[in-house]
Amino acid sequence: MACTAFAIIRLRNLFSVVILSGIFSLLAASLYVLLTAVDVAFTEASVGAGISTLLMLATLAITSEYEKKSERSTLLPKSIVIVTGAVLIYGTLDMPLYGAADAPANLHLIQRFIEESGKEIGIPNIVTSILASYRGYDTLGETVVIFTAAIGVLVLLGHGRNRWRPGKQPKIARDEQEEEV
Amino acid sequence: MEFPGLINYWIVVVLMMSGFYIVISQGNFVKKIVGLNIFQVSVFVLYISMSKIDGGAAPILDEAIKNYSNPLPHVLILTAIVVGVATTALGLALIVRIKDAYGTIEEDEIIVQERNDS
Amino acid sequence: MNNHSILRVVSKFMIPYILLFALYVQFHGDFGPGGGFQAGVIFAAAFILYGLIFGIEAARKVLPATATRILLCAGVLLYAGVGVAGILLGGNYLDYNVLAENAQAGQHLGIFLVEFGVGTTVAATMVTVFFVFAGQDF
Repeated sequence: MACTAFAIIRLRNLFSVVILSGIFSLLAASLYVLLTAVDVAFTEASVGAGISTLLMLATLAITSEYEKKSERSTLLPKSIVIVTGAVLIYGTLDMPLYGAADAPANLHLIQRFIEESGKEIGIPNIVTSILASYRGYDTLGETVVIFTAAIGVLVLLGHGRNRWRPGKQPKIARDEQEEEV
Repeated sequence: MEFPGLINYWIVVVLMMSGFYIVISQGNFVKKIVGLNIFQVSVFVLYISMSKIDGGAAPILDEAIKNYSNPLPHVLILTAIVVGVATTALGLALIVRIKDAYGTIEEDEIIVQERNDS
Repeated sequence: MNNHSILRVVSKFMIPYILLFALYVQFHGDFGPGGGFQAGVIFAAAFILYGLIFGIEAARKVLPATATRILLCAGVLLYAGVGVAGILLGGNYLDYNVLAENAQAGQHLGIFLVEFGVGTTVAATMVTVFFVFAGQDF
């Protein structure tokens, strides 16, 4: 995964950058399977590797495929990144070890979910029962966020185009207006 | 310290920093979005790797299994991934509009155009 | 892509199975990995594949823009409506226990409806976003 990330930094051809980011998502999905998060892996494989790669390709088809060489010096960003990374690595030294069952994150609430959710909800998949029942408000909020994003895309690219370019009315905008009637 | 130790956090830090570097150093907007995605995935990996418990199985109840991974981070990340793609779509839509308005998606060229206008 | 006959035939074979798999993921999410978010994306992927192979115009005939917008709102309203139904039946907002005779059946019904709402919204969102992006031409 790290290799893919570095390749994305170096490459200037945006088409390969986007395909590499798809590969990156797929690698992340297989990592989630190894970490026993099957639901998350499923989502990442379908969403990250599928839909978002597709959307980026669609954007590339509209805009340009090659990146221009930047004139700016890379010294400042590099030093910021190295300093931040070193601070973060220093911070991890106090973190619980990988796979520790007594890590603080694994002590609170979890035993209750594992022991009681089978009786209270009657559904074997704990992830689904937490998602839809115990954290129902949260999921409602997430659904509204997705809804809002769709509305935002429609506002940006759907009808608003005519206001910005009164002289040139694209064909697709006219079609959509007819559909609205 | 045994082998797995803290290496999961170090992988996360490396990924996070490469995403961060792409966002702050590259001028191309599509590449910035890719960088944001890498940053996002590194946060996901951080959560998921914290939820892993040695010998724990996937959190689907079964009579024979006593030890499960922590399901709560899985739920948080599951929704975060889908929200992430929705916001990515919004960002890409903004890029398309920027291309529409300025004719380019390079940050430097847009800054030059803005300077010339004012 | 109108003259790629292999792609056309194979995608015609694939699309029903993709839709079926999406429904399986949607309704089997209680027992195995899966649920509304994933099912919505897979469902949308079938329509996106159709749009890619047969052209956006054909796909818009199958699923007009108005229909996706109605579905987009219907999903969120279904989710919120389940919560309101909980209040009307004497519980708290999004309290599924009161939806049926006993608590477990109520939870089952509530989760089923809520996941369905999520799936509808996600599928409609992805299809809308793709059509809007693919419909741009300049």
